[in-house]
Amino acid sequence: MVSIKGIRTLLVENPFFEGMGGGRPCRHIDMLAGCGKLVHFKAGESLLREGDEADTFYLIRDGHVAIESAIPATGPMSVSRVSAGGITGYSWLFPPYRNHFDLRALTRVSALALDGACLRGKAEADHELGYHLMTRFARVMLDRLESARLQLLDVCAGGGA
Amino acid sequence: MPPKVESGSPMRPALFRILDRQEEIPGCLTLRVEPESDEGDSGFKPGQFYMAYVFGHGEVPISVSGNPANSKELSFTVMEVGSVTRALCAAKLGTAIGLRGPFGSAWPVEKVKGRNVIAVAGGLGLAPLRPALYHMLHNRNDYGDLTLLYGARQPQSILFQQQLDNWRAQAPINIDITVDAAGREWLGEVGIVTELLKGRSIDPAQTSALICGPEIMMRFSAYALLDLGVAAENIHISMERNMKCAVKMCGRCQYGPYFICHEGPVLSFDRVERLFKIREV
Repeated sequence: MVSIKGIRTLLVENPFFEGMGGGRPCRHIDMLAGCGKLVHFKAGESLLREGDEADTFYLIRDGHVAIESAIPATGPMSVSRVSAGGITGYSWLFPPYRNHFDLRALTRVSALALDGACLRGKAEADHELGYHLMTRFARVMLDRLESARLQLLDVCAGGGA
Repeated sequence: MPPKVESGSPMRPALFRILDRQEEIPGCLTLRVEPESDEGDSGFKPGQFYMAYVFGHGEVPISVSGNPANSKELSFTVMEVGSVTRALCAAKLGTAIGLRGPFGSAWPVEKVKGRNVIAVAGGLGLAPLRPALYHMLHNRNDYGDLTLLYGARQPQSILFQQQLDNWRAQAPINIDITVDAAGREWLGEVGIVTELLKGRSIDPAQTSALICGPEIMMRFSAYALLDLGVAAENIHISMERNMKCAVKMCGRCQYGPYFICHEGPVLSFDRVERLFKIREV
């Protein structure tokens, strides 16, 4: 049985929540911890499936996760990878709360799973918490948007010889 | 300093024969050539290039991709992108080609001695970086931590796969490879090469970087290194421009105040950062 205190500590230690509570458990971390649980996946197991209800986001503690999409006649293609310290899954933030990609464990994965509906409810009730969450998610989204745009530009095609 | 056999006649190609042709990835070959006589100069510094003449087709600049310690032959990794490179890739063993060179500036392998070195390669850009990697691995004790960050479009596009595996297994160099997209057989990183730099723990004051690949990839890699605190003068890139004479006469390769055939192809980022922001250049 994992204690709430354990999850609070893990949240504080996670880079995604860096700065929240000044490195110590705080009111907002306590609120987040109430939505979280520790989960483990074997290599090959699915964390999220495209089209399913988006009700979870994961803070990866250990292992590697592939963000995939299945292409007809080609099969599943990985478009990104998330490793320890990274986060994945933010379709729970906005309606219609549907996952847009598959998430699959490439190795054994340990993660903190946070319940999306629970987080939305708490962020609505406490806008300061909502602000902290949204600024962190916006930063990750900006980072991934820039990467996706560079992927579209095909920056590694040819060149250099 | 390697002898300059062609120094008296830089416009006259020396004859070399193709010894070996190895397909690296579809449409891309590594050709090993040796001089047909003492006239051919196979001594080069890592990062330098030759003008390769395919008789009846034309001449193209190609950086050396082989080991600089092997002074008897040269290796070029060539992608079929035009009529001359197509003819070069189709040339059979024993075919004679003309080579002028070596030309241009080299990777600063002496200047970065004692420092940590991050080599960042995109696509075919690994080929011109490989001689510098050979040199640094051959003189391993002269350098701090060595890291190669390599981005390719897909797992099937990775150059020198066998050698990278060997270096990973045997050589004291950290190699991280990422691809833009991959099937499930690929267990490595997925994303653009600059992602490999983000959040990397480095000592910026002790780190130099060598970057080679498409210009946009070099630009964003240099910005990512600047974000990590690496000084612009310690970031070195290899520029690519159309060339004709390769001896600073025709102006074809002019890039702002530089002739890439002469001051380049290897330039420190502090010299070109301003030019990268001028879209018309």
